[in-house]
Order: sequence, then C-alpha cells, then structure tokens
Amino acid sequence: MKISFPHMGHSFIAFKWLVEHLGHECIVPPEPSKKTLDLGVRYSPEFACIPFKILMGTYLEAEEMGAEVILTSGGCGPCRAGYYWVMHQYLLEEMGSKLKVVAFEPPMLDIRDFWKKLSWIRKSGKVSWKHFIEVMKITWEKIKAIDDVEIHSHEIRPYEINRGDTTRAVARALEQLDQADTISQIKEARDAGVKLLDELPRDRGRNPLKIGIIGEIYVVLEPSANHYLQIMLGEMGVQTHRSIYLSGYARESTISNGGEAIYQVAKPYLDELCIGGHGVNSIGETILYARHGFDGVVQLAPFSCIPEIVAKSIIPSVSRDFDIPVLTLFIDEQTGKAGVQTRLEAFVDLLEMRRQSKEEAARLVV
Amino acid sequence: MSKIGIPRTLAYFVYYPFCKVFFEELGHEVVLSSPTSRAIMDDGVKEAVNDACIPIKIYHGHVLDLANQVDWIFCPRLVSVRKHGEFGTETFCPKFLGLPDMIRLAIDKLPKLLEVRVDLKKGKNELFQVVTQVGTQLGNGIGEIKQAFAKAVKAQKSYSKLLSREIMPHVALEMLEQQTRQPPREAPYDLKIAVVGYPYVIYDAYINAGLLKILEKEGAKVYTQDMLGDKILDRQARTLPKSMFWYFSNRAVYGGLHFMNRQDIDGIIHVTAFACGPDSMVDRLLEIESRRRKFTPYLSITVDEHTGEAGVRTRIEAFLDMLRYRREKNED
Ligand code: SF4
Ligand code: SF4
Repeated sequence: MKISFPHMGHSFIAFKWLVEHLGHECIVPPEPSKKTLDLGVRYSPEFACIPFKILMGTYLEAEEMGAEVILTSGGCGPCRAGYYWVMHQYLLEEMGSKLKVVAFEPPMLDIRDFWKKLSWIRKSGKVSWKHFIEVMKITWEKIKAIDDVEIHSHEIRPYEINRGDTTRAVARALEQLDQADTISQIKEARDAGVKLLDELPRDRGRNPLKIGIIGEIYVVLEPSANHYLQIMLGEMGVQTHRSIYLSGYARESTISNGGEAIYQVAKPYLDELCIGGHGVNSIGETILYARHGFDGVVQLAPFSCIPEIVAKSIIPSVSRDFDIPVLTLFIDEQTGKAGVQTRLEAFVDLLEMRRQSKEEAARLVV
Repeated sequence: MSKIGIPRTLAYFVYYPFCKVFFEELGHEVVLSSPTSRAIMDDGVKEAVNDACIPIKIYHGHVLDLANQVDWIFCPRLVSVRKHGEFGTETFCPKFLGLPDMIRLAIDKLPKLLEVRVDLKKGKNELFQVVTQVGTQLGNGIGEIKQAFAKAVKAQKSYSKLLSREIMPHVALEMLEQQTRQPPREAPYDLKIAVVGYPYVIYDAYINAGLLKILEKEGAKVYTQDMLGDKILDRQARTLPKSMFWYFSNRAVYGGLHFMNRQDIDGIIHVTAFACGPDSMVDRLLEIESRRRKFTPYLSITVDEHTGEAGVRTRIEAFLDMLRYRREKNED
C-alpha cells in the first residue's frame, strides 16, 4: 500500500521510516505550503479550524503523489480533532477521491478497533509481529531523538553569531537521523547532532529573554503553520520553550505536558479537567512559566479554536495575577508572516522594557 | 428566600421548567432575564472575549441584565447528560464546559454564581446529587430538596409531553407559564419544514431575526428536533461512521437525518451561529447526507450580530418558492 500521514514538524522522518519498515510504500507528505493551504481552504467548511484545512490540503497533495491510504489519529472529544477523519473522509468521497482515511482511536477506549487496524497494517505489509514490535520501538527512539535535536536548537539559536547557523545545523543533524536504522545508530546521530549545535560559534555574553510557547497542538508542532515562530524568535535573540512535543516527555520536569499536575495548577481559574485540545494546559502552563521566571508567553491558537478561546478568556486574569505578559496569536488562512513578525517584535520590545525597568528597580532597592 | 436569576438563553429552552419549579418549590424567587435584545447583545459583545461565538456573547449579556436584580445567578457547568457515542464520552460544547469560569473572570460586580457541575454520564441518579448541591448552597434542607426535585421532574415531563405534541418549545414554555393546555391556533400552511440547530439559536427570535415567525407567515409548519423523542433521534446514530462529541450537535444531526427520511417533510433548514466550532462539521455533514439520501432541499442559514430580518426573509422566500415549484412540477 502507498501510505501517507499528516505533516507535523520533522516527525515525518520517523514515520517514513516506520511505514517503509512495515513493508509499505511511503508517500512523504510535503511540508504545508501556500498551495496546501489553498487546496485545503477550497475544500473545507469555512469555519473549520486551520489544522483541519491544512490536513485536507496535505491529503489531497499526497493523493496527487500516489497515496492510497492516510494514517491519522482519532479521538473522543470534546474537541473537533477526533472527528477530523470522519469529515475528511466525507469530503474526499464527495470529490470523487479514492483515498482512504484510517484513524487510530485511542486504544484505552477501543482496544479492539486499535488492534484490528494494527493487524491490518502488519498483515498487508507481510511482516511478523516480532519485526513489527521492533520497528515500533525504533520509530519511538527516532521521534525522541528528533525532538531532542529540536529542543536543543531553541536553546542555542539566540546565542548564534552567524544568523542561520543553527537552522542549518539542525537540517544536517536530521539528515543523519534520517539515515539511522538501529537504536545505536539513532543514538549516535542524535549525539552528533547535539554536538554540532554545541560547537556553533556563539556569543555567550548574551542574556536572552525567555518565552514559553503554549496553545493548540497542531499549530504549535507544525512550524509552517505558525510561520516558523520559534525560529523567528530565536533569531531575534529569544530563547523559547514549549511543553508540547510529539515524544511528549518533559525536559524540564517541572513544566510537563498535561496530566493531573497541570490541572491542579489551572484549577483556581478553570475548574474543569477536560475542555478539549490544550485549553487547560494553556492556562496551567502560563502559570508555570511565570513561576519559572520566564519573561513572557505566546499563545498560538487556530482561529475559532474552541478550547483556546475559553483559555484566552481566562488568561488575562492569570497574566495579571502572575505578572506575566501573554501574547495571543490567532492563526487563520489570512495570517501573514509579516504580521506575525511585527507583533512578535513589539512583544519582544515590551518584554525588554519590562526587564530593564525591573533591573533598575532592583538596583534602587540595593 | 433568595432571588435567583436565570439567563433566558443556552439551556433555558431545554431545562427551564425543571429549574423554575425546583427553585420555587424551595421557596425562592426566579427572575428571568429579558428576551434577547439589541441591548443584551451589545452588552454581551462588550464583555465577552471577542473570538467567542454569538450565543456565548449573548449569554454574557443576559448575565449582565440580571446582575443588579438578583442574589444569585444560576450558572451550571453542563458537562454531560447521558452516556452516548462510540466511547460514551459525549459532552456539551467545550464552551459550556468553561462557562462559569469565563463568566466569573469576564464580568466584574457579579452577584454570587450558583454553580454546579452537571455530569450525568454515570447514571440518572447523579441528577439528585446535583440538585442536592444546588439546594444546599441555597440553605435548603434535604427533605425540601427531595420534594422540590420530585415536582421539578414532573414539570419537566409535562414540558416534554407538550413538545412531543409538536408544540414549539418557546410556545410550550408560554403555555406552562399561563397554565393552559390549549396551544395557540395554527396558521394555515401548505409546506412542512424541519428546522434543526441549537435550541438557543432556533428558538431565540432575536438571534435568528424572527426566522420561525417568517416561516409561519409564509405558510410553513415548522418541525424541530426537540419534538422527537430520544429513541427516534438516537436511531440515526447507527447510520453515521461515528457520532459527534457534543450533545446539542448530535441532536441537530440526528434530527436532520430523521427528517430527511420522512416523506412528509418538504425541506430542511439548518440554522447555525457564526464562528461556531462544532457547526463547521454539523453543517457540511448534513449537507452531504441530504444529497446522499436523495433529499435535496437543504438550506443553511448562518446568523451573526448583523443578521437582519430582510436578509433571512429573502432567503426563506426563495427556498419556499423553490419547494413549491418543485412540487408543482412533480404533480404535473
Ligand atoms: S483544539 Fe482547536 S484547532 Fe484543534 S481541533 Fe479543537 S478546535 Fe480545532
Ligand atoms: S456549540 Fe457553537 S454556538 Fe454553541 S456554544 Fe459551542 S461554539 Fe457556541
């Protein structure tokens, strides 16, 4: 089978490896572009959220390239994401497309369905269970290694002396990861990538601002959907941190990705565990970023994203109580790179000024 | 005795009879906000986060309308009313889930919020827990609460009965208020039109610019999903690849599908609120299904702050003309 999947950051490197090693042909989804978005917008409902539209465009592009099956995730609500695949399938059929969208529903909720789909992929790829499990393990290692490199790049970039060095180094590191086939090769490639980043010429005298990135998972994970915001900020000399990574594990153990802890933190403001998407996380993480001395927070949200709208209505109080500025960027198909850049620059200026006046105040006290 | 304010929107159209009787039996006074108006909408738009949908903004307006008249504002957190859907995880729209928090943080100088989490997934008995929490906050004893609860359940049942007699919720609410059993006389009609959508959109004459009145005047009898029993509605779930996750959306979808299968219904109108998240899917799904089920006449009307009566009237007239024309052609 010719299989494709949604494009999310650099994860396609790992998923490509997965699909190919399960005995299928991989149609690597192209990085979302203007064309992707135009296609998606044309064939999606007007008020669908932007991730829906980008995925729609991605699927159509993948089909053009020969894909027969799309593998994606399902969900149980309360957010729209879990219904994406149903709607995408409806719309594709309406257009006369033969593409099949296969979604993995969360195994905790429907283990039989999950199992059925796994077996189908394994059998049609003609691989043994043993091989299948091995391949899964290696894929997981790849995902983690890719995230490691990316996380490190956001720490290094604000110090780079030659603009673009970091981004180029990341590309080189990912190429090596792409070639790695075993767990030890992955580890080597990862370490080499981290070293590459560490050895870039840097100005260690800088004291970069620190900004936390929160918001809806797709626009946070897919740089082309957020106009490469983290790179943009990095090149403005800002260190960014986000808690959403595909590999999900938290690097700074205190700012973790979801779960009970975040809920407890957010509780005084939003007393409901699950409002869908990353709504609760966005509130909880803002508080944690404030506590950890971050200078500001950027909230990324698709226009009309329900949980993030709920979060946005609550964040002003959090921002006031914890004295941390929050910039909300709602993203839709009209959002342009220049607009994002201008707003970020203004935000960064504001944070600089706040920092200076705080330092001055501290000096006066001394 | 306290004065309890109930916003005349969102869940009002579905659960008001229950709430009113429950509070009154406990010896409290119920104050309803005024029907949605220009002023209420403007207030709501001012107070609510500007990316919210119209119904949520209007809710803010209703809360403001009540703010100076009452001791409490009844603002339950509606999470779920049943176990439904592939995973049994059906809830209300996420905006309902965050509503009390949004209200508390958006509006200053608020009377006390009478808050309670309504999550009935685990079973119908949960409802008694819910009313107990509400009654206790108001200082009522468990004995009174039990009695009031029984009466409230009864009131809600009579309300459902009225609806199943094909009486519109806003008319039925009026009838309960005036304690009459006789619905107002029906206007003459030659078309049967199903209107589906969220109760707070289709029964609020201000939001939808008098859509139901217009239909009636133009000679259409209106049916809505709320006149159908749960069994009839839920039967439609099996005809979909997967249920949606939101209670009111599922009702609108199932209602739409049900009416598509009915020979006596001439056309379906889906009324949707501008910038509503779930509706971006509900609307397209109904449109596609109506084509697949060979039930072509489907009209979608989106309402927003600026919807005027003239615009709605023009679209409805054109739709009804089309239906009548089709019928004549078929009869020839
Ligand atoms: S979290 Fe937001 S963007 Fe994602 S599916 Fe839900 S509404 Fe859409
Ligand atoms: S269902 Fe739509 S209209 Fe209703 S509250 Fe949610 S977003 Fe608003």
